[in-house]
Order: sequence, then C-alpha cells, then structure tokens
Amino acid sequence: MTRYVAQRAVRALFVLWAAFTVSFAMLYLLPGDPVSVMLGGSAGTYTPAQIDDLRSQYGLDRSVPGQYVTQLWHALHGDFGTSIRTGAPVAPMLAQALPQTALLALTAFVLAVVGGLGIALAATSSRRPAVRQVLLSLPGIGTSVPTFWVGLLLVDFVSFRWRLLPALGNDGWQSLVLPAVTLALPCGSVLAQVFAKSLRDTLREPYLDTARAKGAGRARVHLRHAARNAALPAVTLSGIIVGNLLAGAVVVETVFSREGVGRITAEAVLGQDIPVVQGAVVLGAVGFVLVNLAVDAAYPVLDPRITTGRPVPRKEADPRWSI
Amino acid sequence: MRHLVPSAAAVAFLIAGCGAGDAAGSSAQAGGTLTVAVTSDPQCLDPQQAGSSDAITVNRQFVDSLTDHDPDTGKLGGWLATSWEADPKATSFTFHLREGATFSDGTPVDAQAVKDNFDGLVKLGAKAVQAATYLSGYRESVVVDPRTVRVEFAKPNAQFLEATSTTSLGLVAKSSLAQPAADRCANGVVGSGPFLLEQYTRNQQVVQRRRDGYAWSPARITNRGAAYLDRLVFKIVPEANVRVGLLESGQADAVLGVGPQDTDRVKRAGLVISARPNPGLVYGINVNRSRPLVADGAVPRAIQRAVDRRQVVDTILSPDYHPATSVLSAPTLGYVDLGGKLSADPAAATEILTTAGWVPGADGMRVRNGQRLSLVVRYYTPDSGLAQSSLELIQQQLKKIGVDVVLKPTPVAQAIQTFKDGDYDLIWGNASAADPDILRNYFTVQGLNAVRLTAGPLQDALYAQAGEGDPARRAQQVALAQQLLLDDGWAIPVYEPTTVVGLSAKVRGVRFDAASRLQFIDVQRAGKGGK
Repeated sequence: MTRYVAQRAVRALFVLWAAFTVSFAMLYLLPGDPVSVMLGGSAGTYTPAQIDDLRSQYGLDRSVPGQYVTQLWHALHGDFGTSIRTGAPVAPMLAQALPQTALLALTAFVLAVVGGLGIALAATSSRRPAVRQVLLSLPGIGTSVPTFWVGLLLVDFVSFRWRLLPALGNDGWQSLVLPAVTLALPCGSVLAQVFAKSLRDTLREPYLDTARAKGAGRARVHLRHAARNAALPAVTLSGIIVGNLLAGAVVVETVFSREGVGRITAEAVLGQDIPVVQGAVVLGAVGFVLVNLAVDAAYPVLDPRITTGRPVPRKEADPRWSI
Repeated sequence: MRHLVPSAAAVAFLIAGCGAGDAAGSSAQAGGTLTVAVTSDPQCLDPQQAGSSDAITVNRQFVDSLTDHDPDTGKLGGWLATSWEADPKATSFTFHLREGATFSDGTPVDAQAVKDNFDGLVKLGAKAVQAATYLSGYRESVVVDPRTVRVEFAKPNAQFLEATSTTSLGLVAKSSLAQPAADRCANGVVGSGPFLLEQYTRNQQVVQRRRDGYAWSPARITNRGAAYLDRLVFKIVPEANVRVGLLESGQADAVLGVGPQDTDRVKRAGLVISARPNPGLVYGINVNRSRPLVADGAVPRAIQRAVDRRQVVDTILSPDYHPATSVLSAPTLGYVDLGGKLSADPAAATEILTTAGWVPGADGMRVRNGQRLSLVVRYYTPDSGLAQSSLELIQQQLKKIGVDVVLKPTPVAQAIQTFKDGDYDLIWGNASAADPDILRNYFTVQGLNAVRLTAGPLQDALYAQAGEGDPARRAQQVALAQQLLLDDGWAIPVYEPTTVVGLSAKVRGVRFDAASRLQFIDVQRAGKGGK
C-alpha cells in the first residue's frame, strides 16, 4: 500500500512540473504580447519608446530561458510573481478566489454525483421500458447542450422572468444554486451515462444470477451487489470530472459574474497575463493531482485485488459475492 | 462534456464611449443605492493608472480634475482650478486653484498637491500610460503661492490644457502618492471626488459611498453639494445578455455596453437609452500608403466615395450611432464637419478608378498593368462583432465598383507587431481621446505610423498644431490636417464611436462628461431609495 501511494505521489509531482513547463512554453511561444492586449487597437498611437518602457516595466524584455529558471525557482517557493495587468501578487489573488471556486465546484460535484448516480440507478432498476428509455436518454441531452447556453437560459428564466434567484454575485446560497446546477449538468450526465452502462453490464454477470437464485431481492441485488462493483469506472471518472469542473468554472463564473479562479483565468488568458495564467494552471493541476491521488487510494478499498498488483482476469469470481 | 468558451466575454474589451441625458422620473429623492452593470473589471482603482473605458468610469467618481470640459458647449471650464493662463508657446501653464477643496483625508487641494501629483505621474512613467502622453516634455511645477501653481514644459505641449480635464490627470492626496503603484491599484486612492471607495471584490463589484461635505462640482453640474445617492455599486457583468436582463428585471439601474442588437429590447422594456459619441478618432479604415496598390492615393480616394456610411449605420448599428463626418468625431476639440466630402457617390468613385487606369477585369474586379485590385484589410479580435460586420458590408459596397477586399482578423495580442510590420493595405480602428493631438500620435512617425506618412503638408500641419499655443491658430492646423487626411486618401472614416447606456426609467440625472464617461453626482432615484 505504501509503495503504491509513493509511486502515485512521484507521478503527481511530475505532472505538476510538466503543467508548469508546458504552460510556460505555450505562453511564451504564442505570438503577441500583453502590452498589445493592454493598449488594444490604439497601440498605434503610442511612441515606440513608450512601448519599450512598458515592455521593460513588465519584465518582457528578459531572456526566455532565464525567465523560466527564475520563475520555476520562485514557484517552488509558492511565489508566482505579480500580475502584468494589475501589479498584484498572483498567489494571494488566487488564494482569495479559491474558496469561492472550491465551494462552487464542490456543490456542483455533489449535485452531479447524486443526480448522475440517481438517474443511472433509477433507469436500470425501472421495470417499465418507456421510463427506462426516457431516463437513459436524459444524460445524452445533458452532455450535448453547451454549458454556456444552459447558464444563460437559467439566468433568463429563473432570475429575470420568475425572479426566484439572483442572476449573479457571490452572496449566500441563493447565488450558488444556478451556477452549481449549470456546472453539475454536463458532469452529472457523463457520470450517469458511464454508471448506467457499467450497471447494466454488471447486472448481466453470472454472480448476480447466483445472488438472485439465492433469493436476494431486487433492491439488494441492485444496491448491495451490483452497484459496488459497477462503481469503479464512475470513481475513475470522478477524478476527470474535477478537472472538468475547473474548466467549467471558467465559463460558469463568467456567465454568472462570480468571483473565482475560473474568472481570473479567463481574464488572464484574454489579457495574456502570463504570471496569472501560470499560477492558475499550476493551481488547477494541484487540484487535479490531489483528486486523482484520492481516487487511486480509493481503488484498493473498492477492489482489494488492485493493491497486490497481480493480474486478475476481469470475470474471475469475486470472493465477496457469496451470500 | 463540452464547454463553449464565451466569445461574448471578449466584449469585455469593448470600447465604451460617451453620452448625455436625463431620464425623466417622478418624485426623485435623495439617498439610496444605484446599481450599475459594467462590462469588465476595472483592474486598477487608481485613476492615474486606469486604462480601460470601464475602469475610467469607475475611477472618475473618486477624483476631480483641474479643469472641466463641458460636453455640451465644448468649452473648458473651471473645477479645482477656477482660472488659468497659458503662454503663447504652450510651454507654461499657470493655474489658480479654488478655495476650500479638500481630499477625503482632510488635506487641502493646494498648489503643492498639484505639483506633487504631476511629479508623481512622471515617476509612475509607463504605468500611467495615458498621463505619460499628456505630460510629454514635462519639466517641473512651480508653487507660486498656496493657490497658484505653474506647470512648465521643455517643449510645446498644446494638448496639456485639455488633458487636465481627464480622469488620468485627476488629483490624489499625498498619502496616496507615497504608496507603491500596485497598492494604489489594489486598494484605491484618496481623492477629492464626490464618492469614496467602500469595497472592491475583484471581478465582482466596486462599492462606492457618498463623500459628505463635497461642494466643488463643476459649474455645469446642477447639484452644488454632495451626491444625492448614498451608494454607487458597479457590478462587473461580462455577458451583454445578462446585463440587459439585469436592467429589465430591475436588478440594475443602469448598464454600460449596450450593443446595437440590444437597444430595441431595452426600449421595448420601457427603459431609456442614453448615448453620446466618444471624442477621438472615429471607427474607420486607415490606409498603409507604402503598399503599391494604394500608394498613389487614387484607390483610397475612390473608396472614400464608394463607402455608404449611412447604410453601415442603418444596417449594422442602431439609431444611436452617427456616420462619421471627419476623421475626428463630433465632440472632439477642433473637429470640423467635412460630411460633404463623405457622401456616397459610386459614380464618382468609378471615375476616379478609371482615370487612374484601373479597368474592369475578367472577374469583375479592376486591374491595372496586369495587377488585380485586391486589398487586405486587417481588424483586431476579439471584436464586439461590429468591426467584422461593418467591414463585410463595406466589402459588398466596394465590390460594386470593382474593388476586392479581403478581411484578415488579427489577434489584438499582435497589434504592436502588426503596426510595425505594416503587412496590410487597410487597417480598421479607432482611438479615444479628447484632444485632436491624437491625429499626430496615430498618423505620424512619432507614433507607430500605421499609415506610413512621410514628410509633406499633412505632417507639417500635425506637428504644427502640437506646438501652437494660440487656440485659433491651432484650430486652423487641426482643420487642415483633417481635410488633408480625407482628400489625399490616408483615412476613410466610417462611423462615430458611441457610448450607449441603458437606464431604468426611475433614474434621473445621469450625466456624461466630455470623454463620455458617466458622472453620478446629480443622480436621483424615484420611489424608494435603497435596494
């Protein structure tokens, strides 16, 4: 177990370093510069000397490899420099916005898991083919509508027409509902699709016939025997979903005008505010890595065969199915 | 799982403009909170460093300026200075300050404060990018007596007087000048304006509180005392759709950045649209005369007559916008109406082309000496959509006279390199500025020289106006420059940039300043005050 976790931790560190390096390379290889973004089309009205002044003030005239080494060294100490656009230090800026995004992502995650797994269980356990069909097609719709559009629709109806909830801001739970639902929708839908598929496959396994033959009720077969085994792919997916929640926060926080890391990232990318983008990328990578470490640690709990590292054919009898 | 990146968030970069107007309301009363939805985060709460249009609107309320440019008469009036003199060479300006004005920390707005501010702005350097242009050639400020200060320049600076009315040269207290630039951005400054910063949450809102005891608004403002409102809340709402919805549902009292596609919706909801053209360079096409097809000026002169500006405004924009009548917009100092040169006349355009030797080719586009008349026009993205749709319509209009135009969207992050490379025949753009000196900045080698102007009468006029201290003679040079820009085919103006604001019918007293930023000191809300 220790060796298993240590292995995963080394990989996680490599992922963090790679995220930092790749984002640095991409940002510096992009044509264009933040000063252009800042001045916009009226850049043409500034003198070349003024433009050079601006570039040197933002440290854009230093050599790229030199900047990489300095920035990596500082980043290792938790210092991501200062924003080009505002001059504010990046780390505190992100730290201040993080709780809002974490709250949004966590709420959306809970909604996605409860909703997604709920729909999958309801669909696979329903005896009526029509209900089952409708329930199974819902996630497909959820994954194919753009988050951006869903957010705008929700704002338009729930906030502007029915005036039930505020359209924007970070004030209290009321302002959290619409963004969390918007963010949860695509993630929950994918979870539902994967879990429903895996449940249907598992329900056809011979060991469940045995369970049924031994007289286990429908609910017991479903929840006790099938769900646990069927959960592995969904757990794996949760790790990926956290990444998607962070990506989705960029869109959702913009539509709902919320303070948060996603919004900061969106603005920084548009403004080519390189230090802020890098800070956000590394922060996102940390979140992603931690969740996947947690997922990796959860596998052995769900399936004890995983720790031993010995290859196990998928259909081998599970010791836990005997009743 | 898919997430569409909101292209509309790009609109955050939309240039806002100006406008003036009162919304009629009944039983207006003091107090309450006014909620204003703006398009982008101000990024910096120091008026001297703030750059974006929304940032200037937010920051305008914190500070006063030495002078006030009356948006209705175009005249420069008093504000923190009651009178001033300039020498004929435009190198020395003496300001006489009013009695009794104080910064919100209680310190007086006196001659020393003015000197400290100008010295501080020069020290900020490129961080105060607008002010750096305004103070070009600054030598020193001399405190003559506590109420009199003389500002001296090493070389003529004719636009300085106008610049003293801008937010960028708004005055802040000594305690703020002592702070590092980044801290001033993040925490705001101590100014002498009618509102104080109460709270700023990045990407969410800026809350401002009335300054009690304020009593030095410019003469054109009806309210002689403190603001009526208790609070002013700027909500940052990047989505245009959401902004208008907030206004419709009463969650906002005023919204900035109302696009042409939304104005009907706003009016149908019984809300008020207020609009004012922004001073500065109008939206239009500027011509890179170093390129062979346009070098002799014939093709640009033909395009000048072939573009139907009225059609662009009617089709792409809204009735709040106006076709350009010069390369400067109407509220700009020194603007002259040259609309007569800009009426659409495809027959005249065709004749210019034929005279210059351009004859219809096989595909309908003109050719000369085997060269096809096909021009590259660049415009910067993200774009609110107006540049692209305007250019597409103009493309159609020019096709009729046999001129092919190829649209090349160019990321704004490459703007400086694009101007330097000059890899375009035509370039779309505008620039906000209160003073006509913007012409020299854009059209000469003292800037990036987007049009590759060389020595000649136009360059002479542009340089001459910059150093001319006599307002009448300066106006003559500015008028001559505008005329030459059109006649010789350097610039093809299209429409006037315009700030369009949506207002709740309950709100009255929202005013535009000369730069078309909103001022809130006169604002009252009808009915119950706060929200």
